[in-house]
Amino acid sequence: MTTGPVRTLLLWCPDWPTNAVAIEQNFGIDTPLALIERGEVFACSPTARRDGVRRGLRVREAQSRCTDLIALPYDPVLDHRAFEPVIAAVEEIVPGVQLSRPGTCVMRARGPSRYYGGERQAAQALLDTLAGVGVRDARVGIADGPFAAEQAAKLQSVREADAIRIVPAESSPEFLAPFGVDLLNRPELAVLLQRLGIRTLGEFAALDLLQVRDRFGPDGVLAHRLASGFDPSDVDARVPPADHSSALEFEPPLDRVDQVAFAFRTAADEFVARLQSSSLVATAIRIEVKTESGDSRSRTWLHPRWFTAGDVLDRVRWQLQGAGQAESGLSSAISSLRVEPESVDPAGNHEAGLYGGATDERIHSGLSRVQGMVGHAGVLTARIAGGRQPSERRVLVPWGDLPPGGEAAVQASSALPWPGKLPGPPPATVFPERQSVTVLAAHGRDVLVDDRGELTDAPVEFAAPGKATVPVSAWAGPWPVTERWWDAGGTRLHRFQLVDDSGAAWLLVLDDSGWWAEARYD
Amino acid sequence: MSLAIAPSRPPAFAAGSAAVASQVAELQARIRGMQTTRIDSHGLPTSPGVAELLPGGVLRAGTAYAVLESTTLALALLAGPSAAGAWCGVVGVPSLGVEAAAAAGIDLDRLVLVPEPGDQWLQVTAALADVVTVVLTRPPASVSPAEVSRLSSRLRQRGSTLVTLGDWPQSEATLRVTDDRWMGLGDGHGYLAARRVTVAVTGRTLSGKPRRKQMWLPDSEQAIRSAGLAGVPTVHPTRHDEAAAS
Repeated sequence: MTTGPVRTLLLWCPDWPTNAVAIEQNFGIDTPLALIERGEVFACSPTARRDGVRRGLRVREAQSRCTDLIALPYDPVLDHRAFEPVIAAVEEIVPGVQLSRPGTCVMRARGPSRYYGGERQAAQALLDTLAGVGVRDARVGIADGPFAAEQAAKLQSVREADAIRIVPAESSPEFLAPFGVDLLNRPELAVLLQRLGIRTLGEFAALDLLQVRDRFGPDGVLAHRLASGFDPSDVDARVPPADHSSALEFEPPLDRVDQVAFAFRTAADEFVARLQSSSLVATAIRIEVKTESGDSRSRTWLHPRWFTAGDVLDRVRWQLQGAGQAESGLSSAISSLRVEPESVDPAGNHEAGLYGGATDERIHSGLSRVQGMVGHAGVLTARIAGGRQPSERRVLVPWGDLPPGGEAAVQASSALPWPGKLPGPPPATVFPERQSVTVLAAHGRDVLVDDRGELTDAPVEFAAPGKATVPVSAWAGPWPVTERWWDAGGTRLHRFQLVDDSGAAWLLVLDDSGWWAEARYD
Repeated sequence: MSLAIAPSRPPAFAAGSAAVASQVAELQARIRGMQTTRIDSHGLPTSPGVAELLPGGVLRAGTAYAVLESTTLALALLAGPSAAGAWCGVVGVPSLGVEAAAAAGIDLDRLVLVPEPGDQWLQVTAALADVVTVVLTRPPASVSPAEVSRLSSRLRQRGSTLVTLGDWPQSEATLRVTDDRWMGLGDGHGYLAARRVTVAVTGRTLSGKPRRKQMWLPDSEQAIRSAGLAGVPTVHPTRHDEAAAS
């Protein structure tokens, strides 16, 4: 352990979140992109920033500033996933890389600079490598300690000059001195220091260390050391994770699902075997399919327990065939297929019991068999979500998958009050497609709701789908539902409950297109 | 067996055909009672409102029950085993109201749906019956007798119970909802609050006329229970205030 700060090389890819999305979805470099989190802009591309889009702006405000803005939800997992090939490429030429966060990595400068014959040459070699994997806009900063190196790298973005900035050895304190105290990334401390009249890192560093410790505690000492250029943190090189993914190229490309599935059989066996040799099992996998026409489709598959080779093969088949049958052709021939584990678990957590498996394992293997017959989306589990209509309150999720938005989102929506939902017992039959029915007033007149929400005539006769007309014995309504009236896709309808002469009870809906049976209480 | 049903007197000597008919029915019931004696049949946990309907007072494992005209009653049959921790499966009922299933007392965490088995109805139902305790299904219009007996033997072997929405040839009992009366809905006011039905039960072990029971399906507290003679609350039509525009 040396006493002084470590000479550090920091590699920074500006706007990494939008870069990652652009790489993943094949957007051009000039596409104005914004990533949205909680209704506000989390990150935006340089093109969008030129039009005035800023972090923290509301979506509508951002869209009004930049009319052709593409707004997408922010996905932190995608950041990491897209950075993985980049960091792997860096590790090819420089060992001992630490990943600070997606888009930023640090390494010790000494080794590379001696190997490449100078710090500038080493930085240039890194930038060339990154350009090779499609990252053009990267910056490099070299200084004593990661903190100073990061400031050096980020300084470029202001000056737009050379992509490499090197702070000479032992001159980090002078380099850092003119920066503001807010760079310490401690907002409370920064506000307090500014009130005390201390505006730059140099002024903060000039304070006595003992007094800083007494006033601000251990965290203050750390901040003081950063400000004075004595960054105590070392580069903590990561161990490159073992690659457990399994890929297969098809030459010539295959255009039938069963051919692809058969060809992938051995690869799937190897995929599971390789995980097993590291005492791991996959609980989620990601399947990426590239077609001959150049587009790639990928999705994540979860598993209630863990993937066997047969399960992996099933997921490949389901992803390829979609809703079609196993014999159906594909729209474009498949040129390559790649399976990688998305989440793994120690195999010890999933050992079968000594005296046979648990009940749930038996259930699971039985249901997997049924899934093999009717497809992945054919076996469903049910949740109750929020909504006013019975069909909205029913959420069906394929066995082994999570509901859209996760379990928490479904629970949260069902916990909301939903004023206007129907009281009384819920209907036992909810038609998947609402069915056309006939409701008539006396003398065969139509029953309508006028603009004031009043019924024109009392319903007297009712005909269920495909049945003869029978008298109405009891009814109630109209109960209006007006959802998203400002939107063309909104709902405007009136609901009725009706009991006909045979004793059958119905939930009916009247909208602009007529009378419909939504559900039956049977 | 022929000894048992041989009448003690020649039929021509009978006082009336009605007396003979009742005697024959009685003897047939005795034969059926002997035939269904099985040592291995055990009952599944059954909710009390439903238990009164069923022959023997329990939902028997390894058999089939047919429910006509009411999905709610079929769900009530599933509720007892589900509440006791069993898994339930539903095959070929795309219109099942999930909320009604939960209200009937079925644990949705242990409910599996296969809404569209297509032409593989028999295979899917049999595969599901291997792993879950109760399977609710709507059989397709044409099920051959061979398929019925194959599925029945599978059920017997696995000890799981089949509940069909519609007739089933080898059912232990057939429950038909008749005389459907809804409470709470008036002429332009109120809302559907409670439902009182008469369930007619016919079964292999029940002879002669169907056994009839009055039931709340459900009552105004959304509980499914049998309607005793005493204490029949009447639900008056009430204004439906909650369903205002949102």
